[in-house]
Amino acid sequence: MKVKLENLSKRWGKVVGADRIDLEITDGEFVAFLGPSGCGKTTTLLMVAGIYKPTEGSIRFDERVVNYVAPKDRNIGMVFQSYALYPHMTVFQNISYPLKLQKTSKEEMKQRAQKVADMMDIGHLMDRKPAQLSGGQQQRVALGRALVKEPKLLLFDEPLSNLDARLRLSMRGEIKRLQVELRVTSIYVTHDQVEAMTMADRVAVMKDGKLQAYSPPDELYDQPRTLFVASFVGNPPMNLIEVDVTRENGDYHARADGIDLIVPAERGEKAAGKGRVIMGIRPEDVTISEQEQEGVSGEIYVVEPLGRDDLIDVRVGETSIRVLADPALRLKMGENTALDFNTSKAQFFDPATEQSLLW
Amino acid sequence: MNVKNRLERGGTPPLSPATPERETSPIGARLRSKLEAYGFLSPAVLLVTLFFFIPVVIIFVLSLSDLKSSNFGMLQWWLPVNWSLENYAKIFGNKFFPKILGNTFFYVAVTLTLFNFSSALLIAVLTTHIDRRAGFFFRVLWLLPRLTPSVIYIMMWQRMASRAPHGILNQLLVPLGIGTGGDLIQAAPWFFVIIVNGMIGASFGMVIFTSAIEAIPRDFMMASKVDGASTWQTIRHVILPSIKWPILFVITYQTLSLLTSFEQIMLLTDGGPGLYKTEVWALTAYHRALSNYFGNNQWGYGSAWAVILVIIGVGAAAIYMRVFKFDELVQEPKIDLL
Ligand SMILES: Nc1ncnc2c1ncn2[C@@H]1O[C@H](COP(=O)(O)OP(=O)(O)O)[C@@H](O)[C@H]1O
Ligand SMILES: [Mg+2]
Repeated sequence: MKVKLENLSKRWGKVVGADRIDLEITDGEFVAFLGPSGCGKTTTLLMVAGIYKPTEGSIRFDERVVNYVAPKDRNIGMVFQSYALYPHMTVFQNISYPLKLQKTSKEEMKQRAQKVADMMDIGHLMDRKPAQLSGGQQQRVALGRALVKEPKLLLFDEPLSNLDARLRLSMRGEIKRLQVELRVTSIYVTHDQVEAMTMADRVAVMKDGKLQAYSPPDELYDQPRTLFVASFVGNPPMNLIEVDVTRENGDYHARADGIDLIVPAERGEKAAGKGRVIMGIRPEDVTISEQEQEGVSGEIYVVEPLGRDDLIDVRVGETSIRVLADPALRLKMGENTALDFNTSKAQFFDPATEQSLLW
Repeated sequence: MNVKNRLERGGTPPLSPATPERETSPIGARLRSKLEAYGFLSPAVLLVTLFFFIPVVIIFVLSLSDLKSSNFGMLQWWLPVNWSLENYAKIFGNKFFPKILGNTFFYVAVTLTLFNFSSALLIAVLTTHIDRRAGFFFRVLWLLPRLTPSVIYIMMWQRMASRAPHGILNQLLVPLGIGTGGDLIQAAPWFFVIIVNGMIGASFGMVIFTSAIEAIPRDFMMASKVDGASTWQTIRHVILPSIKWPILFVITYQTLSLLTSFEQIMLLTDGGPGLYKTEVWALTAYHRALSNYFGNNQWGYGSAWAVILVIIGVGAAAIYMRVFKFDELVQEPKIDLL
C-alpha cells in the first residue's frame, strides 16, 4: 500500500508536534523517520495510525484520504517502544487479540497465531504472561501481534530502544529481513541514525517538527541537503569548519586559520565568493599524512581507541578536527601531526540558511 | 586461538563457580528487622484495636445482656451471670425480622449495582474519555452530594419530592399526568432511598476508578485501537481487566459501607412510611439501641442487631475475596525483608 502525507501538521495550542510534512511512501517501501528526541516522529506516526487527528493536511492510503478513518479500520500493525503487551493476557492471547477482534474462528486464530509465533521463534512461550518474558521475547511477541492480521502497513516506534546493544543488533537484522520477505510498507521511527541508515530504503530526517530531508541512506550520507542532516547523520559526526573559498590561478582554495585546501572545481565554484561558508568533511575523509611536511599541521589533542579505528581529535589553530586513523600508527596525545583532506568529499553550507550550497 | 575460544571471550563471562551461600545473618540482626517490621505495623494495629476490636467486644458482651435505660446503673451487664442469648432469640422471633433482612439485602444490592459500582464505573470511564477539563468538571459535580451536609442534602430531596404545587418534580410530573401530585417520597420510598444514597455512593468508586484508569499506560489503549478494537472493546478487554483490583476493592468496601450506613434513610423516611417499609438492619440497631419510640433505649437488644450486622459484613467480605481470587491479586512484596 502507498502512503502519502500532504502538508500534514499537528499542533496543541502553541506546541507544534509536526509541521507541514510532505512525504510519499511507495508500496512495500521501508521508510525510517529519524531525528532527535522531541522532533515529532511519534506525533507523525500516531497520525498515520489514526490515534491523533491531524490539525491540518491529509494522509492518503493509496488514493484514499484516511484522516477520519478510525485506527481499527486502517488495517495497520504497530510495535511500541514499551511493547505495550497486555499484562493480563498470555502470549497466545496477546498475539491473537487482533484476530479475535476480527471475529476469526477459533481454529484459524490458533493456526495463524502459532504460525506467526513460530516465525518469531516464540512458539514455545504461548502460555506465558508478558511479565514472565525477557525484553527480547516481549519484543518478539509485540512484533507477532503486529504481524498476525497481515496488515497493509507496519508502524514501529523506537522498537529496539529498550533492548541491550547486542540484542538490538540481531533484532535489527531480523526486522529488516522480515520486512523484505513480507514486503509490507513500513514506517520505522528511531533516533538512532545507525538503525535508520542500515534498515531503511529511504530516511526522512526530522527536526523541530519539520521534514529536513527525505532520501536513500547513501544519498543522505553523501549529499546532505542541510547542515542539520550533515551533522546528525554519520558517526562519528562530520567535521564542520568555517572557511573562505576563493579562486586563485584556476584553483579553488578553502582557507581558515592554519588551513589551506585545494577543492575540486565542481564543488569549489558553488562555494566561492560567498564569504564565510561552512565546510563539512567526514572523519574518514581526513587522514594522517605520511609525510609530516605536507598537509595541514596540528596537534593531537585526544586519542579514543574504537577498536577497528582510533578516533583522533586534532587541533588545528582554534579548530578541532576528528579523524579516523589506523591504530597501528600508535599516535600519542600531544604529538604534532599533519592531515590530508579528501576534498572531493567536502560539503559546503550557507551559514545563514544552513542549506547546502552543493545539492 | 580458535574461533570457539574467541567467541567465548566476546561472550558473557561464565558465572563464577557457585558457592552455596547459607543464611548467615546472626539472630540479633534478624530479630531487629522483625521488630522493625512490627514497629511499622503498630500504629495501624493500635488504631484497629482501639476503634474496632475493643468496641466489637464490648458490643458483643452488651448484646448478651439486657441493658436498657430503665435498668441502667442496676444491671451488672459485664458479669457472665447476667448473660444469655435471649436478645438473639428475640431478633429471630421478631415478626418483622424477614422484612428487615429483605429490605437490607434489597437496599444494598440495588444501590451497589446501580450506583456505587455501575454508575461509578460509567462516570469514571466516560469522564476519562472526554476532554480532561470537562471530565474533571463532571466528576466535581458528582462529588457535590457527598460534600453537602446530610441534613441539607436530604432536605433538598424532600423539597424536590414534596407534593404539588411545591415540589419541582411534581411540577413536571403532574402536567404530564403522572402521579397524583402527592408527596413522592411517600409514594415511592424505595426509589428515593436508593437514588439519594446512590448519588452519594457513586463518587467513591468514581474517584478510585478514575485514578486507576488514568494510571493505565496510554500505550495499551493505543495498541488496542491499532489492533482493531472499538472504544467499547478497548474498555472491555484492556481497561476493565487492568482495574480488577480497584473493582474488587470498591465492591467490597461499598457493600460494607452500605450495610452499615443509615443516616440518609433515617433523615429521609426514618424507615417508613408505615411499618418498616424502608427499615434496614443498621437503622433497626440504631432505633432499638438509641432512639426508641417509648424513650426506653434497649442497648443490649440493639447491640445484638449490630453484632449480627458485623457477622454479615465479615461473611460478605470473605465471600468476595473467594470469588475475586483475592490472593492472586496480592503481589509478592517488592522488596525482600532480610
Ligand atoms: N499529546 C501531546 N500534547 C502536547 N504536546 C505534545 C503531545 N505529544 C507530543 N507533544 C509535543 O510534540 C513534540 C513532538 O513530540 P514527539 O512526536 O513525541 O517527539 P519524538 O517522538 O520525535 O521524540 C514535543 O515537543 C512534545 O512535547
Ligand atoms: Mg517518540
